[in-house]
Amino acid sequence: MRRRVIFPNKLLPYLLLTPQLVITVVFFYWPAVQAVYYSVLLQDPFGLRTSFIWLENFQTILTDPLYLGSVEVTIVFSTAVAALAMGVALLFAVMADRKIRGKHVYRTLLMWPYAVAPAVAASLWLFIFHPEIGFLGRWLNEMGMRWDYKLNGNQALLLVVLAASWKQVSYNFLFFLAGLQAIPKSVVEAASMDAGPGRTFWSIIFPLLSPTTFFLLVVNVVYAFFDTFGVIHAITGGGPAKATETLIYKVYVDGVMNLDLGGSSAQSVILMAVVITLTAVQFRFIERKVHY
Amino acid sequence: MGTRNGPANWLPHFVLTLGVVVFAFPIYFALIGSTHEAATIATGRMPLVPGGQMLDNYWHALTSGTGFRVSGTPVGGLLLNSLIMALIIAVGKIAISIVSAYAVAFFSFPGRMFFFWMIFVTLMLPVEVRIIPTYKVVTDLHMVNTFAGLTVPLIASATATLLFRQVFLTIPDELAEAAKIDGAGAMRFFWQIVLPLSRTNIAALFVILFIYGWNQYLWPLLITTDRSMETIVIGIVKMIGTSEAQTDWNLIMATAVLAMLPPVAVVVFMQHWFVKGLVETEK
Repeated sequence: MRRRVIFPNKLLPYLLLTPQLVITVVFFYWPAVQAVYYSVLLQDPFGLRTSFIWLENFQTILTDPLYLGSVEVTIVFSTAVAALAMGVALLFAVMADRKIRGKHVYRTLLMWPYAVAPAVAASLWLFIFHPEIGFLGRWLNEMGMRWDYKLNGNQALLLVVLAASWKQVSYNFLFFLAGLQAIPKSVVEAASMDAGPGRTFWSIIFPLLSPTTFFLLVVNVVYAFFDTFGVIHAITGGGPAKATETLIYKVYVDGVMNLDLGGSSAQSVILMAVVITLTAVQFRFIERKVHY
Repeated sequence: MGTRNGPANWLPHFVLTLGVVVFAFPIYFALIGSTHEAATIATGRMPLVPGGQMLDNYWHALTSGTGFRVSGTPVGGLLLNSLIMALIIAVGKIAISIVSAYAVAFFSFPGRMFFFWMIFVTLMLPVEVRIIPTYKVVTDLHMVNTFAGLTVPLIASATATLLFRQVFLTIPDELAEAAKIDGAGAMRFFWQIVLPLSRTNIAALFVILFIYGWNQYLWPLLITTDRSMETIVIGIVKMIGTSEAQTDWNLIMATAVLAMLPPVAVVVFMQHWFVKGLVETEK
């Protein structure tokens, strides 16, 4: 889209763009190029010698059982977070969309966890599920279930999923609610004349919500991939025995703790490819407007 | 889904009340935990009603941050660091995005679309993905342990630029025409017409970006090696450490409450802007 009226200045637009472009080049493009560059190099930990090894880093990673384990953890973790956070949010949104008193109060009370930092959310859930001092953690142990997320990998994964989903429900709730309110009431009323509430929901409302659902699916997967680092770092540190080590956490461990520049850069490049794919898919589908 | 009023109405209230309670549960516990003594919590039998240590705990957390078993940084300093970081990020992102969107929308110059796409593509490079090489750049520029290092690499914003461009496209050509006839230059038009017209979008974006900045974790974790530069979100995780039962959970919970108070207050009190900002930045 172009405007008819434009200002004649020749230099000014470049000056206006300069701050954004400088930051973009120095902190986005240059590091991204570096990541690709390092990913094809082998460097000793002291940075004294480097040799060009082409795709060997990628080969090493993709055949490393630890990396493949981390892929598996990431898939399980992000599926669980997306399913839980979206499922619960949809239920709340459907309930809040009805003509009931005080829906604005409910909206406010369900909205605020969005503002809590993932790492702070983690500390709250830790306090509840701590095996010795936590209210629920202790209760589970007294019930004879051996609850200790520091020893049991599945329990650790469950706890990080809970903490990560908790704050994402708010976000999904607001978008589902907006999506539901955009559906014409006449359509819903017409459908409910001849079908029960369950059928009306699954065959009319849910399909009409599909653009929102699809959009949220991508957002939730991206959230689970990248923004949950704080939750995992605070609660489990990737453990026990790497049971909660997601891909982004592994980039951090290999790059910052183990100083494996080549390996962690190759992992970064793979993650970039994932983000680019997800973004591209999202734009493609939003253009086409997923709709029935 | 019947929209009629009647006996079926108890269900939504029941589900939503249950939801609100479950959602508030972790916060309630943090609040209660922050009012007891560490020893009471360590027994694992913390009462579900507030204790009498509230003022002591918060005062202690704010001024020293260090208990018998946790060594932290005074939370007052951490809060200030977080506030400065969040404000620089929010204001910085808005400032550089609004001028670059203005350049793309109101001028015609060689490379216009190239630069626009260059900004757009950064959507696909979240900081978490390019974390190690970006960290190297910041180290080479000697920006570790500075507010510049904490904020500048996060300040470029494709989302904000796209949003402002959308807003500017709705400004009628006639307005710019009239300004030109009156002899107003490009910058005068920007200050007197464009900026006031974007007020609501700026407010909405500010709320979202303030929360984004306040809640940063991985980036400050790398950039702050000096404890006096740490943010509150980093500080609390360092306090938890190995999360033994015998730790000053009362101080940790007081810190958690202080850490979430500012962003939650922003969301609750600026609710209208928050919802607007959320929907606009994502669509």
